[in-house]
Amino acid sequence: MTTVLDTTTRQPNRPLVVRFAGDSGDGIQLAGYEFARSTAEAGADFMTFPDYPAEIRAPAGTTFGVSAFQIQFGSGEVLTPGDEADVLIAFNPAALKTNLQYLRPGGLLVVDETHFDARGLKKAGIAASPLEDGSLNRYQVVTVAITKRALEALASLDLGRKFASRARNFWALGLVYWLFGRDMAPTVALLERKFANDPEVLGANLLALKAGYAHGETVEIPRYEELARPRKKLQGAKGRIISGTQAMALGIAAIPVLSQREVIYCSYPITPASALLHTLARYSNGVSTFQAEDEIAAASAAIGASYGGALGMTASSGPGLALKTEALGLAVMAELPLVVIDVQRAGPSTGMPTKPEQSDLTMAIHGRHGEAPLPVFAPATPEDCFWIMIEAARTAIEAMTPVIVLSDAYLANAASDWTPPDVDKLADITLAPVSGPDAFQAYARDGTTLARQWVLPGTKGLAHRIGGIEKQAGSGHISYDPANHAEMVRLRAEKIARIADRRPAIELESGADDADILVIGWGSTYGAIQQAVRELNDEGKRAAHVHLRQLWPLPKGLGELLERYPRSITAEMNSGQLASILRSEFLKPVGHISNITGQPFRVRDLKSAIAARIEA
Amino acid sequence: MNVIPMKPDEFESDQEVRWCPGCGDYAILKAVRGVLADIGRSPHEVVFVSGIGCAARLPYYLTTYGFHTIHGRAPAVATGVKLANPSLDVWVIGGDGDMLSIGGNHTLHVLRRNVDLNILLFNNAIYGLTKGQYSPTSPVGTRSPSTPGGSVEAPVNAALFALGAGGKFVARGADTLQKHLPQVLRRAHDHKGASFVEILQNCIVYNDGAFGAINDRSESHNATIRLEHGKPMVFGKDEDKGLVFDERVLKFEVVNLADVPRDRLCVHDETSLDRAFALARLEQPRFPVALGVLYAALAPEFVETRKAMKKPGTWDRASLKALF
Repeated sequence: MTTVLDTTTRQPNRPLVVRFAGDSGDGIQLAGYEFARSTAEAGADFMTFPDYPAEIRAPAGTTFGVSAFQIQFGSGEVLTPGDEADVLIAFNPAALKTNLQYLRPGGLLVVDETHFDARGLKKAGIAASPLEDGSLNRYQVVTVAITKRALEALASLDLGRKFASRARNFWALGLVYWLFGRDMAPTVALLERKFANDPEVLGANLLALKAGYAHGETVEIPRYEELARPRKKLQGAKGRIISGTQAMALGIAAIPVLSQREVIYCSYPITPASALLHTLARYSNGVSTFQAEDEIAAASAAIGASYGGALGMTASSGPGLALKTEALGLAVMAELPLVVIDVQRAGPSTGMPTKPEQSDLTMAIHGRHGEAPLPVFAPATPEDCFWIMIEAARTAIEAMTPVIVLSDAYLANAASDWTPPDVDKLADITLAPVSGPDAFQAYARDGTTLARQWVLPGTKGLAHRIGGIEKQAGSGHISYDPANHAEMVRLRAEKIARIADRRPAIELESGADDADILVIGWGSTYGAIQQAVRELNDEGKRAAHVHLRQLWPLPKGLGELLERYPRSITAEMNSGQLASILRSEFLKPVGHISNITGQPFRVRDLKSAIAARIEA
Repeated sequence: MNVIPMKPDEFESDQEVRWCPGCGDYAILKAVRGVLADIGRSPHEVVFVSGIGCAARLPYYLTTYGFHTIHGRAPAVATGVKLANPSLDVWVIGGDGDMLSIGGNHTLHVLRRNVDLNILLFNNAIYGLTKGQYSPTSPVGTRSPSTPGGSVEAPVNAALFALGAGGKFVARGADTLQKHLPQVLRRAHDHKGASFVEILQNCIVYNDGAFGAINDRSESHNATIRLEHGKPMVFGKDEDKGLVFDERVLKFEVVNLADVPRDRLCVHDETSLDRAFALARLEQPRFPVALGVLYAALAPEFVETRKAMKKPGTWDRASLKALF
């Protein structure tokens, strides 16, 4: 038995990173999710990252069918899923081959050796078994015949090999629970609920879970119990785990309550946005879903729903947003509220559908025909997905405009601890009163917001016609008058610009007013940038972090921040789109750190890139 | 519902109509106003949603609510309107390019979903607003600015398409037939579900006379058959011709009433899908073009069925807390 912990590289309170990797049919995501739930129950802070392939069930044992789930947890604040794993659980040769790169040197590798035979190695495209050729010498390796042991454990149930081997994820989970001194009770409770009507499956999974745990006790393998268990429960920890998708769905569910307008969510299936459609489809209470025939119809139906008196919403990913752009032009012209969610993925075209990227920013801000400005927001964390939806709806209704919310594949799937907000303290979304029929004008505007009235068909005396043709200011009648068009273009832009006046000025997330560099982030990179900047400051390198949740109109106070610091750079999962926008808006030499790998930023990479800029 | 006697001019907006003089759209607008008055719902309870094209300008000329949207998407927008407020009387207006070319997909799906909309397709077999290119309903050989040597594509038959898409109410009318068209529109309105009406419409500038005798009032009776449910299929100015239906091959044949007794004629049954398909296919010059309600069958309506399956529920802070 090797030394349990290499204390040379670990500090006692440093969070731990665990990564599960196996076939996409192995139940990796379920095992990972259960581990996250148990982490939440234990009161630790955490962040998870599912890393799964686009193929539904690629041939078992192949590298392109490998699905992984990573979680970082600890007793302090955890902002990212972690750069590299302290523990990797690999279910087959392909999972080992593709995921070993994420395990830190000296880390613990738990391998299911069952499939390291000639056939298994061939499927993974490996010549010699890494378990025997010394290539794993840098790691603490524990080989366990997980599948074999799971089958043995279930032998008494007479289930058949294929069926029984499906329970191996719970066997492995049991082992991991032992490894980290976790309580199995929440998982047992979940299984009992989930398979209440299927005693056979329930029995198999429970048996496997307990057998895995017992195996840990019987064989000598390193245990992380002492260090992994938080000293005390985090204050306010509710033991609730929430992904960006779930938070977004709950935020959407809050909108009818706050606005008294039904939400009609119109969408066409696309990865990774569909998960939101599935979540909302189960809701009632003021939220309904409509699966349209295509992306354009989804946007069009959402516009129709808003025109009809609900708040129309549509969601997609990059290729779908591209298809919706003409409809967005109509929503801008018709000045109707609409919320559009783009769960960004690596593009262009089909790109990498399950991998995150922030490459739709310029499309969201500028990507329409004609001059069609609209607000663009981006949530920073899974929890923030809840708040951003309420803000987007509020802005859409207050300013009578479509709003784009830029999430991404990472944020949608990443999960963290969540404390539900106090529902009674959520502020209402107030609707502007509608005038009477005397001298009614469809395009009369509020003096402050410049919004026109939201008059619903069915309202007596106010029947009017709207559409995509340019309007006469005020009356809303068709107008091709040159001066009127100029005025309307200016009014539409000014209406959006004024949204920034009503929203808070931007503030630093961390760092000093006289730091050497300002790092500007937006969206899902929040955790990685925040962690990197904090660590840099701890090491005496002076960086400050500002994070944009409001990409358009740019938030108040941003120009002053850019003036204040001698250097400023963005860190984005694209080739510098925000930097380009900031340069053109503020005429400042804003640099950028880009990550175009389809993977979230690693804190280590960010730190070295920022440090290099400070020294440059 | 608010039903009071109304006059067509109560539906006439203050906007100047901008179609070319002599356009068939004027006649359709007149028929629409007449039917709206006849239906008797107040203008504020009625919504016209249109796409892009000459036909799609129609909402501006009515006093109802109107939404002139984007090319091809009116059926999708109208679906959203209906989802938000099913009590509105929603009409969809578009042309052959709008609804069968750029928006063909939405026409297909709105019909198969059976959303309670009155869909009027103004078919003039040409792109008018873009200056005369051939359209998806133009016959092979149509010479146009984009097909100077004549078009080579087979046209789509709008009524046949609607039937194929699963449309539960498919009818046909013609712009000039001012007694017949309002009856068809009224039937379309009264039908619960997606009602599809193809209106053969003359474009006087780019495709004048495209439908030949069909919408020539003096010749129309010889070129068309006006279908009436439960009535034998008789046509001709002198009511001297009729249609018989061969059940074995699902085809119609034209007969002279001088040769064939009246009781051998096919009796129109608008619930027969087989006959509706055969009727939709009848083309000049061999056959009279079928006008009126080709097919009408009741089926569950989309928005109502959704609501019945899943109650929208109430929403308040308590229900939100429960969700958390």
